[in-house]
Amino acid sequence: MSNEQKGNWWIWKVFWILLIVTTVEVLLGVIQPEIIAGTQFLGTSLLNHIFIVLTLVKAAYIVLVFMHLGFERKSFKWTVLLPAFILIPYLLFILLAEGSYSYFMM
Amino acid sequence: MGQTKSNVWGGGERPYNVSYGKMMMWFFLLTDALTFSGFLAAYGFSRFKYQDIWPEAEVVFTHFPFMHGDHPLLFVALMTFILIMSSVTMVLAVNYGHKMEKKKVILWLSLTIVGGAMFLGSQAWEWGHFIHGTEEGRILADGSIIHGANLIMNEYGHPLFADYFFFITGFHGFHVFSGVIILIVILINVIKGTYEKRGHYEMVEKVGLYWHFVDLVWVFVFTFFYLV
Repeated sequence: MSNEQKGNWWIWKVFWILLIVTTVEVLLGVIQPEIIAGTQFLGTSLLNHIFIVLTLVKAAYIVLVFMHLGFERKSFKWTVLLPAFILIPYLLFILLAEGSYSYFMM
Repeated sequence: MGQTKSNVWGGGERPYNVSYGKMMMWFFLLTDALTFSGFLAAYGFSRFKYQDIWPEAEVVFTHFPFMHGDHPLLFVALMTFILIMSSVTMVLAVNYGHKMEKKKVILWLSLTIVGGAMFLGSQAWEWGHFIHGTEEGRILADGSIIHGANLIMNEYGHPLFADYFFFITGFHGFHVFSGVIILIVILINVIKGTYEKRGHYEMVEKVGLYWHFVDLVWVFVFTFFYLV
């Protein structure tokens, strides 16, 4: 439960996860595989969706383990996370929808 | 007394089980996260609006120190690695703070500062290359040639790309810079034994939260500026 007794292995575990995910992202970015880069899905390529999912995986590890939020009391965890989970997708939806609209209207 | 114990919100204890300072650091980071989301969402707006003439980052950032030719994403991958590494040394410092091992806190905190400084240096190099541009430059309609990018013109494509690049990576870089300054202050306090006397190293933990946040923002900047 508490990290004080566990030693350091969990830190290095997260380090390797972050490193491997970043390496995969860079490799995909350099190679740009035709099958996933060419497939369109929900307004952008499948490759971009993969990038976004991998980024969210990295973010989750940083926030929950490095920043220790995963080990805080549940009420506090959601006090911090919920405003972000509600406001950021809302903001993105409005601005990205308006962005594509102004592209078609130009 | 038994009643306050049975009811977390009944007073007499910390309902969230975190100290005041740590909670405020989290609330600050939440607002800061919303600020950065606003910037990146605005970037997304312009990118969708000018999707035909938006430059591709793989074409713009292809340089690597002491190497010739095109190396897309390589340098920024190195910068990401440096920042992840400095995040790891920060957790180690916090972890040894819990165990009250002053010498190891000093060691890992110092390495975190070195990582932050290396990142800032890399960013300066990256900015320098972007500002100076390529040898050939771009020929405009009136026959004049522009090299590199600034806030008004951009050799590689739409000027807004350069504006967002300077603004967002600059704002992030300023966070890294302030982080390095705060880490140095905290390191001096650790060396002086302030937290040893206080009985806990919570201050290191709070700065650690800020430092991880800087890494977190970079993860998103990396994706939305360089990959997507």
